[in-house]
Amino acid sequence: MGDAVSPAPSSPAPSRASLPASPVVELIEARKRYGPVEALRGITLTIQTGEIVAMLGPNGAGKTTSISLMLGLRQPTGGTVRLFGLPPTDRRARSRAGVMLQESGTPGVLTVRELIELFRTYYPSPLPADRAIAMAGLANKADARIVTLSGGQRQRLYFALAICGNPDVLFLDEPSVGMDVEARRAFVASTQALAVAGKTIVFTTHYLKEAEELARRIVVVDQGLVIADAAPRELMSKVAAKRVSFAVTQPLPADTFAGLAVSALDASNHRVRFLTSEPETVLRTLFERGVAMRDLEVAGADLEEAFLSLTHHRGQP
Amino acid sequence: MAPLLQMLLAQTRSEMLRRWRTPAFSLTNLVLPVLFFTFFGLPFARQTLPNGTSVGAYLLASFAAYAVGSVMVYGFGIGVAIERGMKVDLLMRATPLPPAVAILAKVLNALAFSLLSIVVLILYGIVVGGVRQDVGVWINIVVRLLAGSLPFIALGFAIGYGSGPNTAPALANLIYLPLSFASGLFMPLHQLPGFVQRIAPYLPSYHYGQLAWSAVGAPSEPLLTSLAWLTGYAVLFLAVTARVYRREQSLKFA
Repeated sequence: MGDAVSPAPSSPAPSRASLPASPVVELIEARKRYGPVEALRGITLTIQTGEIVAMLGPNGAGKTTSISLMLGLRQPTGGTVRLFGLPPTDRRARSRAGVMLQESGTPGVLTVRELIELFRTYYPSPLPADRAIAMAGLANKADARIVTLSGGQRQRLYFALAICGNPDVLFLDEPSVGMDVEARRAFVASTQALAVAGKTIVFTTHYLKEAEELARRIVVVDQGLVIADAAPRELMSKVAAKRVSFAVTQPLPADTFAGLAVSALDASNHRVRFLTSEPETVLRTLFERGVAMRDLEVAGADLEEAFLSLTHHRGQP
Repeated sequence: MAPLLQMLLAQTRSEMLRRWRTPAFSLTNLVLPVLFFTFFGLPFARQTLPNGTSVGAYLLASFAAYAVGSVMVYGFGIGVAIERGMKVDLLMRATPLPPAVAILAKVLNALAFSLLSIVVLILYGIVVGGVRQDVGVWINIVVRLLAGSLPFIALGFAIGYGSGPNTAPALANLIYLPLSFASGLFMPLHQLPGFVQRIAPYLPSYHYGQLAWSAVGAPSEPLLTSLAWLTGYAVLFLAVTARVYRREQSLKFA
């Protein structure tokens, strides 16, 4: 995605001056059930104008379902969902939202430019087509038919379609899946440029680095619930912040870690690794239990590990 | 919000481009009626029926009805099923484009393509088959067939929403080809087996053919009878479409 092109500033919300502006997204105790499966078990989340929010979580955590509710692609089975204070299916709300979805298709016989020109007519004040194409880094493919695009180029096209309406909020579901390293770097740059222009951005990702790099707020979702909601730095100080590792000569007895507050425990290959927020207590107990350790390391966990410890805690009794 | 008319025009234009660039549709819809007329119609084109109607005009009217019906049944049936298979509907669903505008654009595109298909066929009949009729007769055929195509539009949508991209072509053929044959669109009814002749008056394509046959002055049922049957079938097929559409929507977007 190009660098020298900046997006148009966000248009002001068309609300009356006397009313406080509605939050961009509002989920109140939102629930979603697919048959016997409860995908969302009561999510409450408010996203204000200008926020950049990453939704982080393992597969099946409910990230895509959350985004689908915000967009009105799915209807909640309980609770309330609002987009700009309106039901998300309302055309006034949709006219202010740009969307990049996983697994959606495009009519392949059209060219990149033709499809973007078409999408522009759906929105009240779209970007010039050339600017959307340049921001997505597709200038050299503008007149190519969509069937001829590679997977990464197709992701760029979806990005171009998401921004061509000059929306106030962008929803990006796993945006960088299928992008190569260069495309991903450019995508991060484009998204940062949009953020500078005052857009609200909500994205889901598996790339924790991407969340750390782009988001100013990370919402961790697991098993249909929000289990953490904080700035990246704050999130890391809140959760299991230390990674402990050491070598052992003998395999450890199975009950070595009984009752200890550790997570992401890996004791294979004579190298023991785990995450904990109380390294002193845990290590004291291990010494008391007679664990002979060598080569002990205690280090601050990175976001990926923090995230792992959050989601793994919940699985343990 | 963006003006709906602007969306409709752009959407229709895009549908036309897509249709034009998919030869599987565009060629089939333009060439097949001409081919069929060549095989089944040309040998008799210069004869006349006992009441003086030109057989060439009668057969052109038949294949024009076949052509419009096939644009509708195959275009919507296979086209919608393929779009659903590729999840284009998911992409469009998240935009401010109202589904009604998207559907109307498809209908306008199909009407335009039907018009093109009939014009090509009639010009072929005039130039190659030497069929002669007043311009008003040709225009009457076009207007009647386009206006009466609603049951086939609805049938196409029912197939498109009720089946997948792999089954839709087979289903469309299984339904539409026997319907056309049994209604006398390929060869006059009296040349078909007796049981087919008895079934024909209950088929939508039979009454659709009547619209065209009466336009060229061939013996036919009263216009109101044709319209009543076609309206009935339109209601029936629309009800089926509504049912499969709602089922699809509740699976995908509930």
